[in-house]
Amino acid sequence: MKPLEHKKSLDIRETIQSNMKKRRNTTDQIMPIFFLLTASISIFTTAGIILILITDSIKFFSEVSFAQFFSTKLAPLNANNPSFGILPLINGTVLTSLIAMSVAIPVGLTAAIFLSEFASDRMRKTLKPMMEVLAGIPTIVYGFFAYSFVTPLLMKIIPTLGAKNVISPGIVMGIMIIPMVASLSEDAMNAVPKTMREGAFGLGSTKLEVTLKVVLPAAVSGIMSSFVLAISRAIGETMIVAIASGSSKAFSFDITQSMQTMTAYIVEFTSGDAGSGTTGYYSLYAVGLLLFGFTMIMNLIAQYISHKYREEY
Amino acid sequence: MNTSIKFEIDKKRIKRRISLNNASKYVFSLSTIFALIVLAILLYRIGVQSIGWLDWDFLTGNLSIFPEKAGIKGAIIGSVGLMFVVIPVTLMLGVSTAIYLEEYAKKGKIQRFIQINISNLASVPSVIFGLLGLAVFGRFFNLGSSILAGGLTLSLLVLPVVVVASQEALKAVPGFLREASYAMGANRWTTIRKVVIPVALPGILTGTILAISRAIGETAPLVVLGIPTLILRVPTSIMDDFTALPIQIYYWTLDTVLTAEYANLASATIIVLLFTLFAMNSLAIVIRNKYQRNF
Repeated sequence: MKPLEHKKSLDIRETIQSNMKKRRNTTDQIMPIFFLLTASISIFTTAGIILILITDSIKFFSEVSFAQFFSTKLAPLNANNPSFGILPLINGTVLTSLIAMSVAIPVGLTAAIFLSEFASDRMRKTLKPMMEVLAGIPTIVYGFFAYSFVTPLLMKIIPTLGAKNVISPGIVMGIMIIPMVASLSEDAMNAVPKTMREGAFGLGSTKLEVTLKVVLPAAVSGIMSSFVLAISRAIGETMIVAIASGSSKAFSFDITQSMQTMTAYIVEFTSGDAGSGTTGYYSLYAVGLLLFGFTMIMNLIAQYISHKYREEY
Repeated sequence: MNTSIKFEIDKKRIKRRISLNNASKYVFSLSTIFALIVLAILLYRIGVQSIGWLDWDFLTGNLSIFPEKAGIKGAIIGSVGLMFVVIPVTLMLGVSTAIYLEEYAKKGKIQRFIQINISNLASVPSVIFGLLGLAVFGRFFNLGSSILAGGLTLSLLVLPVVVVASQEALKAVPGFLREASYAMGANRWTTIRKVVIPVALPGILTGTILAISRAIGETAPLVVLGIPTLILRVPTSIMDDFTALPIQIYYWTLDTVLTAEYANLASATIIVLLFTLFAMNSLAIVIRNKYQRNF
């Protein structure tokens, strides 16, 4: 009697266990599929961006010729004779980015050199988080700062400066990008092995000489790719230029006056009334496609540089 | 005789090299401090401009065409509403993408493809995400410029940040914890759910909070979605049109051409926005320091 009872209870236990196992195993098999689906959302996002930019750009180019698109005449809201020349926008984008780079690259790189080679550990630990605060401030705040503080300040130096101009947002954008250049370049310099520095110190070099002749050449791939990423960031930056560089669509090289960038065009045109289906609406996507292309090319260049010229130690 | 002259010259050279070294140190330190000085000026300026404007009436008042009466209740509710969409969506999508990449995917083409795709997505300009949101959520799903459309757009924008942060957190979970769990007879999903995620949670939350603080300050995608300039009504559901803190700053900054006092309103709103970001970042640091376990 007793062994039988024991067997029965064993049966029940086995059934329960096998049931539990079955249920656990089905979830265990379903979960990877679920996770793969969610992971593919990011691919759908990229695909969606490219698809939308291209299809709407095709609609745009069925109405506007390439010759007109690559001309200097931009007048999207002209009711009788709208014109969609993109060169003024490219010009504005390139000029603001150039000014931004001429601030961000020298200041960012020397800050990185200071943090990586000269500063004491304690100094680095206090300065780095403070730089990160600068990187965390929303771009709209920088836009307000450029328009309401930097522009009036520059007006005292350059009396002919317009209330909307290219210099002020360019400088502020450069300041915004400093932490990015500094931290990426510093990472590259930190990756240079200590033994190489010590070798140079052993031969009697000063810190400056070690930095210029050993560390910078060894870290050049990381530093260059940080510059390229910074350019990509400057091209895509929107709110600073939308506020402080205005919406002049004339083609000129006068950086003391208003100019529109590609990003600012998109912002101005959508927050105005671009009715769906109009040529103006599709022009947003053509400009967007070009912008996307520019930043993608920059990112690929950065990746190429850091892979191709990386020296392994 | 000859050697002593040479020695003199060398001594001079060494002195010059050392003084060059010292001078460059100060120049380089100035670059580092330059960025911080700008930060200080920025905060000071905005702080001064908001004095007298930032009070309880401003925080709880409705929008108005009169600067003295205008408040940002609607913008605060709009920003909070956005977060109600962004937080669950990014947490779910971001964490499960990270789990797939770290725990399930075999090292191979698919995994590499998704990984490269995410890092590229992170560097797409935010205004492009606005165009995506406008076409997909705004027009195709017909959500217009509602909180839901804005929230989903922002979610896609900050998704890479959450994925990368969660991946780092999952990578930091030591292998022996997983092995111990398997040895107890747990299967993969049980191990992830009961062992890996609890250990990685502080890291995941820290990354998510930082991503969300980026979403709160993001302006361009929302402007592209076509948020109307002046909304006098406070949104009551996620399908309503809305305004958010950064949008309000944008329009008030543009309006300073008409009335100079709008600059004060913009400054006061910036203070509210920066304070929110500061609070969120502090929270992230607290979570990281208090709950992060090191093995």
